Amino acid sequence: MRLWLTLVGIGFRRWSTYRLAAFAGAFTNSVFGLIRAGVITATIAAAGGTLGGYDALTGVTYVWLGQALIGPVYFFAWTELAQRIRTGDVAVDLARPVDPMLAHLAADLGRAAFVFLPRGLPPLAVGAAVTGLALPGDPGAYVLGLLSVAFAVVVSFACRWLVNLTAFWLLDLRGPMTMYLLVTNILCGLAVPVQWFPGWLAAAAAVTPFPSMLQTPIDVLMGHSAGWDAVRLLAVQAAWAAGLLAAGRLIFTLGTRKLVIQGG
Amino acid sequence: MSSASMADHIIEAVALRRVFGAKTAVDGLTFSVPRGAAVGYIGANGAGKSTTIKMLTGILKPTSGSALTCGLDPLRHRRQLARRIGVVFGQRSQLWWDLPLRDSFVALGAIHRLGRDAVRDRTDELVDRLDLGEFVDTPVRQLSLGQRIRGEVAAALLHGPELLILDEPTIGLDVLSKERLRVFLIEQRSLHGTSLLLATHDMGDVRRLTERILVVDHGRLAFDGTLAQLVEQVGAERHVVLDLTDPAPPLDGIPGTRLVGHEAGGLRQRLSFAPGETTVAAILAAVAQRAVQVHDLTIEEPDIEAVVRRLYAG
Repeated sequence: MRLWLTLVGIGFRRWSTYRLAAFAGAFTNSVFGLIRAGVITATIAAAGGTLGGYDALTGVTYVWLGQALIGPVYFFAWTELAQRIRTGDVAVDLARPVDPMLAHLAADLGRAAFVFLPRGLPPLAVGAAVTGLALPGDPGAYVLGLLSVAFAVVVSFACRWLVNLTAFWLLDLRGPMTMYLLVTNILCGLAVPVQWFPGWLAAAAAVTPFPSMLQTPIDVLMGHSAGWDAVRLLAVQAAWAAGLLAAGRLIFTLGTRKLVIQGG
Repeated sequence: MSSASMADHIIEAVALRRVFGAKTAVDGLTFSVPRGAAVGYIGANGAGKSTTIKMLTGILKPTSGSALTCGLDPLRHRRQLARRIGVVFGQRSQLWWDLPLRDSFVALGAIHRLGRDAVRDRTDELVDRLDLGEFVDTPVRQLSLGQRIRGEVAAALLHGPELLILDEPTIGLDVLSKERLRVFLIEQRSLHGTSLLLATHDMGDVRRLTERILVVDHGRLAFDGTLAQLVEQVGAERHVVLDLTDPAPPLDGIPGTRLVGHEAGGLRQRLSFAPGETTVAAILAAVAQRAVQVHDLTIEEPDIEAVVRRLYAG
């Protein structure tokens, strides 16, 4: 246990050296939050005051929670592993008595823990001041919500890990990574809530891990899903996390088997 | 292979071979390293040194042949083996780039499941012996190459491995940093009996740190023996280049040396000598007896490529 706590701590400390970047990111998230809040308010108004279970206030709350989670859950290009594979630095990971994927996961949880407040609070504060937020009064929603955010980080990490693993077979990661970001940003519920998707798209999203990365923690934090419904969503997240990590581990092993470490 | 011979050897490679596409990087290497020994593994760029090391540490799968490191099959027991060996890949870093050097020791201590006190004591020892005190709290990305390599070696030795594998550890280091690192490694080996496999380009490293040399060329073992035997076989002499204050007649006939050349009317003279037969101090004393004043001197190590070339020519 001390091993994993230390690795989480190291990830936390690594990111804490880039405080300015965290605040710059929070500023951007807040500005985009204002734009998105304007768009969603207008959309809900045009739909007659409610749309897919959201009214004006819950609509903007969905936007601000989403903006707050972008940083911690990480919806950006992450290529650290791919670079280590390409440069051969993955040899260093393999020369350690620890599972490389779990070590990277621990570091990513540390990263998320660090950026949680500096990137999460500013958009929520701006939202509370400008549009107001509809947050539940029940402390249980926050406990389940935090757990759901943690699962979202694990699912996000596992997806990014899998995309990075293509570096074992492909020379250039830009294609898969761009495709991944495009698909994630839509299907996770960042652009519009998953509840607004047309039937076919909602069905497609439901069989992917992407809603588990954003829509689920938002639903749980807002109290949209509470009680056993929330527990069921958390179980879905946990299943995705376990399945994706198992796949990540298997493919990593296959990749190292054909590995040609270049240079040095 | 009897179990006794396995226990005696820290490394056993039998017909080890690795092919990358059309290129055979390692071609049927067979050698063993007794426990506690220090072996230099030398060869030109691309000779197969790093590939061998990766197979011995379980990072690369051999195309055929087998290896046993610390008595373990490296591929099947890679993680178990990692607890018992320390590796420095000269061109790669195992340190956490954005954090102070000390944090890397904390992380590696946890990874190797050492107790907190053990990590602290061992870190203190390494900081003291490798002179890391000045920069142990500096982020790794701000360290000079020499400082970083000392940090890398400390990181590889933190868990007290039985076998230390160094892949080009002194590449790019200045003379002083090289020397400091060598003194440290000699001391650690005498204290802990650590076995050493040192892949290098640098004959100076080999001379100071190892008692046996394996020369690899095009993935094949070209030589296995002591430095003295190598010198005898191919004449891997060192050169001492003397710059004199005044032109002097050729300095031939100095015991244990051979005059290779003289330039500028005898202002610069080049003598070759075989290590073990004489010392630089003895040569200087003999030169002084001829009433010649030495203004400056440089010592040139034989170059690995030339040694390997001569191994084949001979």
